[in-house]
Amino acid sequence: MIRKSIQSRRARETRLKIYGITSICFALIMLATLLISIGLNGYSALQQAYFKVDISVNTEKFVDDSGAPDNNKMNLFNWDGLVQSALREFFPEVKDRDEKKELFAIISANAGYDLKEIIKKKALGSGSHTLSVWLHLSDDADQYLKGRLSIDIPEEDRRINNKQIAWVNSLVERDIAKLKFNKTFFTSADSREPESAGILGSVIGSALTLFVTIMFALPLAVMAAIYLEYFAKPGKITDFIEVNVNNLAAVPSIVFGLLGLSVFLSTFGLPRSAPLVGGLVLGLMTLPTIIIASRASIRSIPPSIREAALGLGASKMQAALHHVLPLATPGILTGTIIGMAQALGETAPLLMIGMVAFIIDIPTTFTSSATAMPVQIYMWSDSAERAFYERSSLAILFLVAFLISMNLLAVVLRKKFEKKW
Amino acid sequence: MTLPLSFVFFVLLGLSVYFYYHAKSGIVRKAALLSDRTKALPSHYGQQSFLWAFIPSFLILLVLTIGGPNYIDQIFYNKIQELNPTFNESFVSLILAKVINVSNGKISTGEENIIMLAKDYKIAFEQLHFYRGLVVILCAALLGMIISYRQKPGSNAREQVEKFIVNIFFASAVIAIFTTVAIILSLFFEALRFFNLYNFFDFIFGLHWAPNVAIRTDQVAAEGSFGMIPVLLGTLLISFIAMCVAIPIGLFSAIYLAEFATPKIRDFVKPTLEILAGIPTVVYGYFAALTAAPFFREIGFSLGLDVSSESAIAAGAVMGIMIIPFISSLSDDVIRAVPQSLRDGSMGLGATKAETIYIVILPAAIPGLVGAVLLAVSRAIGETMIVVMAAGLSANLTVNPLESVTTVTVQIVSLLTGDTEFDDIKTLSAFGLGLGLFFFTLLLNIFALSISRRLAERYD
Repeated sequence: MIRKSIQSRRARETRLKIYGITSICFALIMLATLLISIGLNGYSALQQAYFKVDISVNTEKFVDDSGAPDNNKMNLFNWDGLVQSALREFFPEVKDRDEKKELFAIISANAGYDLKEIIKKKALGSGSHTLSVWLHLSDDADQYLKGRLSIDIPEEDRRINNKQIAWVNSLVERDIAKLKFNKTFFTSADSREPESAGILGSVIGSALTLFVTIMFALPLAVMAAIYLEYFAKPGKITDFIEVNVNNLAAVPSIVFGLLGLSVFLSTFGLPRSAPLVGGLVLGLMTLPTIIIASRASIRSIPPSIREAALGLGASKMQAALHHVLPLATPGILTGTIIGMAQALGETAPLLMIGMVAFIIDIPTTFTSSATAMPVQIYMWSDSAERAFYERSSLAILFLVAFLISMNLLAVVLRKKFEKKW
Repeated sequence: MTLPLSFVFFVLLGLSVYFYYHAKSGIVRKAALLSDRTKALPSHYGQQSFLWAFIPSFLILLVLTIGGPNYIDQIFYNKIQELNPTFNESFVSLILAKVINVSNGKISTGEENIIMLAKDYKIAFEQLHFYRGLVVILCAALLGMIISYRQKPGSNAREQVEKFIVNIFFASAVIAIFTTVAIILSLFFEALRFFNLYNFFDFIFGLHWAPNVAIRTDQVAAEGSFGMIPVLLGTLLISFIAMCVAIPIGLFSAIYLAEFATPKIRDFVKPTLEILAGIPTVVYGYFAALTAAPFFREIGFSLGLDVSSESAIAAGAVMGIMIIPFISSLSDDVIRAVPQSLRDGSMGLGATKAETIYIVILPAAIPGLVGAVLLAVSRAIGETMIVVMAAGLSANLTVNPLESVTTVTVQIVSLLTGDTEFDDIKTLSAFGLGLGLFFFTLLLNIFALSISRRLAERYD
């Protein structure tokens, strides 16, 4: 009988272990599924379909009377027509108006604009030039070449018809069109056309926002932490501050967005969509995280350090600033990095203050309209075009890689400076 | 002459630094003349001068930079209204916006009045910038000179500087209180305006949520109805599904990690789970919308069930995955905080490890575990991006996880993104929802924190 009961007791233990292992495996498998599915979706956005055309331009058309380059004339020139006629040379059989329209749909709607920018950058001398340039194919042709558009569904339901597929194939056979490294993705801001859309604008937007966040939150948090640890007299006010800090750390992030909307935008009249406002909102949001981490770090410094300083005649302030703070810096930095990682991945409050706008320009100042990386991901995954999904996935991969390396840096810092007193 | 903000700031900073060194060397000279010693270190006098020159002027700069443009806008608003007393408020704002855009060169217009106003507007701004720079720089210079004149070797600069710095430190700690107060006030006043337009009890107990308000006043459309019960129910449904995933998995992971795992496994699994916690919610949202939702749809389809493409179960399940590391790391800490003596006692009496866990450790850790779960619930309720991307917009009064439901946060986002007027009832209703969300999560948090604290005190 005893043996039997021991058996069932052991079985119970094994069961508990199995539950534990299964749960952990489930969590890890989910993590792997998440990353792998996004990776599989996104890797193909590293490449983009280009086609090569030979273009002849006469730069004399773009100078004013005195011979200086005239941007206005350049902007007015029919670049689309130039690209389109170059494309038609590959398919002389296309004559019909509707057919031509279909043909021009396989190249990017921004091809003319891109060509203008390329020519502008080259700063050609005066006279006529012939050069071969690589321009984007349309996102549908691009998706077809990557095998992401299934051609099994009926032609009417497809974004690209059989004729267009034949043209694209013929371009590929003649080595005029091919998949190349997608440089645009890393060098441009958002666009309505997936093939011209990039993450640079949102990366810079995020950088500007985080700069404001860290400049705002870090000094305030460190000062607050020092106050709470060394200067606060135990009492109602101090208790109330502590309760507030702990609660703010758990307030839903969207509430900070509402705060930003009604205080920064409608009361202070700060501009919408600006990294300044985004940074302040995220700063308020990360403030409690950094305060809590800084306090923990300050508390881990043994009191003997401070007492020695006080004993040698240093004031409380000198003991705190000259002796404890330098020793607590690694811990504070770790907390700051974790707080910044949290701020970098945060989307909801930014939606509230209008950083969700469609912005083509790369932001340059703290008050110019900008968007941030997670918001860009959100907007792209909301778009109808299939090609935006893969860009969204690639952007996620970069964001997650960056966040993981930030967190790893925090772990390494903690390990490196961890001292046993 | 224009004085841009950055220029003024750097001049201010430069002046303050100058006064630092001026006071530092000045006090030594003064002391030498009196053949006396300074009471504090020379650098303390320098710091005192720096703070005197910098802080008040910086505050003035801040106030003028934030308040100045608003003041000018108000003046021009009144001006336009005086010129055209018949215009209503929103039309005056429209003209003001036009004037501002013309003065920035963003748009050009032929209307003479507007161009004239725009010119005046631009001049007003230039004047503001000029006087802002002048006042700030003069103030810094004046205060810096006064303080360095007043500093005597006998005065205790250190004590004064430190007292001042402690006050600054106190002010930064008080920001936490201010933030909470600001959240409550801003949500409360906007919500109050909403309840002026819409009955409070209809909002709390209404069974119908359809915030479609007529765009034009003469339009034939249903009055928007703002009954929050379906929205609340949707939020609770999704949070419940999330908890069904996260609580068992998180708890069992924590038990295994705390009681069974070898240090090697622990060192690998803990950081990996932390990666799961560090992934931005927008990524989970993307995963829920594009991978999980079609997956559940397929499964439902093969079982002959009709699963919505924005089903509550997809959003809830992915949210549960997001919350696993939250629960597991909090519970891990709680379980490890149970004193070793309890384990040893139980094992010494012959209990197996599983019995020790079930009978001794978990009961001892229960308050902390409840606290962790409550914090997780509060997080699930406040979570935004997953539901914005994967849950629906239409408020169905249902508890069927296969159907599409909406949540408080989804409604806030959809009501506040886009170009709605700030006084619109739709915009205001979002603040009503926000107030509810804030208080609900606040209660959960306070409760959770107080429970956890009680446990910590019990075994200290």
